[in-house]
Amino acid sequence: MSDASLSTLAARLAGKQISSRELAQTYLDRITALNPSINAFITVDAEKTLLEAAAADALIAAGSAGPLTGVPIAHKDIFCTDGWLTTCGSKMLGNFVAPYDAHVIQRFKAAGMPSLGKTNMDEFAMGSSNETSYFGAVKNPWNAAYVPGGSSGGAAACVAARMAPAATGTDTGGSIRQPAALCGITGLKPTYGLVSRYGMIAFASSLDQAGPMAPSAEDCALLLNVMTGFDPSDSTSLDREKEDYTRDLNKPLAGLRVGLPKEFFAEGLNNEVAAAVEAAVNDLKKLGAIPVEISLANSRLAIPVYYVLAPAEASSNLSRFDGVRYGYRAPAYGSLDDMYCKTRAQGFGAEVKRRIMIGAYVLSHGYYDAYYLQAQKIRRLIADDFSEAFKSCDVILGPTTPGTAFKLGEKSDDPVEMYLNDLYTIPANLAGLPGMSLPCGFDGKGLPIGLQLVGNYFSEAKMLNVAHQYQRATDWHSRQPEGLK
Amino acid sequence: MSLTQDDVKRIARLARIETSDAEARATQAQLNSIFDLIATMQAVDTRGIAPMAHAQEVTQRLRDDAVTETDRHAAFQAIAPAVENGLYLVPKVIE
Repeated sequence: MSDASLSTLAARLAGKQISSRELAQTYLDRITALNPSINAFITVDAEKTLLEAAAADALIAAGSAGPLTGVPIAHKDIFCTDGWLTTCGSKMLGNFVAPYDAHVIQRFKAAGMPSLGKTNMDEFAMGSSNETSYFGAVKNPWNAAYVPGGSSGGAAACVAARMAPAATGTDTGGSIRQPAALCGITGLKPTYGLVSRYGMIAFASSLDQAGPMAPSAEDCALLLNVMTGFDPSDSTSLDREKEDYTRDLNKPLAGLRVGLPKEFFAEGLNNEVAAAVEAAVNDLKKLGAIPVEISLANSRLAIPVYYVLAPAEASSNLSRFDGVRYGYRAPAYGSLDDMYCKTRAQGFGAEVKRRIMIGAYVLSHGYYDAYYLQAQKIRRLIADDFSEAFKSCDVILGPTTPGTAFKLGEKSDDPVEMYLNDLYTIPANLAGLPGMSLPCGFDGKGLPIGLQLVGNYFSEAKMLNVAHQYQRATDWHSRQPEGLK
Repeated sequence: MSLTQDDVKRIARLARIETSDAEARATQAQLNSIFDLIATMQAVDTRGIAPMAHAQEVTQRLRDDAVTETDRHAAFQAIAPAVENGLYLVPKVIE
């Protein structure tokens, strides 16, 4: 059962071969068995899950089921979920039971998909290893001594270990794609504005975007059909005609121009990752694709630009955590100001504090032009590079990460070393372009390697087409960690 | 550029995060290494480049001036640290 794709599960549910309750129970049992060692979930509530599954069974019995009704899914703990603890990986929200559903949650509920629980993540989505979570690090299912990536580390790990058939994630600088790569699954960050941010706890609002994480591109296409759509509650939600993201999955790739950014294959890229990505390019050539060399010259500036813009936006967004309306409040304090300062000192972890401080500094009097404005101008240069590149190619391909998963604790004391992990993923966030990661091999230690695709605005169906055709020709995405079955 | 320990304390104050001298010392080195990384963008000539605030060129939508929200103050205040008579309680600010 745990090997089945979403379309297979949906067909079994529709054919009454299994009920949603039975299916949910199968995954809950697996979570019970595996979560103590992997720590992918912060909250599991079997009773709530089974109630939602029973409601899905009623929809199926009544003949009013949608394409994925009854298929369970795990949600990143960044999405407010009515009646569920929603912590965002932080002590600050350690007691926060959301009083409403995020738009993404509303959509999955309306589709009749029961929630399997809330997945672990880096605190406030700030991290690339899932080690900044107040609820403890997540372990990589391929090797428990290694990180799963982050910030959607719990989501990636639970899918890789088949504790859930699919999961939601969010991606501000690579937080869907990097853990997908490190855990050997498929994950997609849509074009900015396609998925509503309403009820998704904000990190850097001009970059944050939610997306699907699952074993295959076909699964991601089905999930994207559920997740996307206009929402008046998000001022940056795009009012576009609804698309079927599965429509192009089976198109042949003959003549597809695949852009290879020379900067993504330069110094700093691990040899095994380079070899696996080059092998994938050859596989695509056999399917009729044509490699084209392109240049994204300003992408080397993506990390410095990101570490001005994202902390600046975060310092503003996280000012709402003051111990007044919800969440943590320090137990002892004097004045109101002292209450703020103690609440925030005790409620936030070290990485979150660092980023808030960077943001407060770059926005402070006298520094705005040198940092924030300069970063916004270079953001334009980075986006312009992509527009130029898409004149000569249909999709951009490269590694998702410079290396494979690293050991727990290996980079947690050196923020800059940690930040460099997102070298290849951040440019797409800055430009607002869709990006995805899919498995393309393993290194000598048996750890997964991810291949990244970046498409032009609104080209998700094309990217999913490329990924699906690659996954029909290869089996990397269906490999599972040994010893967990 | 290099931040002093006093700079770190001032930034922490701006961010309303209580920081001891020992924490400020530890943070100082990390912030300085991050600002060294950020400094690499300072050399780029960006004269004449329009800043990009956002990926999509969208403007704020307007809606009819009509009440669309229901009163949910009880649900929202049920999760607050301290509430009395429908009011959020904080330390006194005016004597």
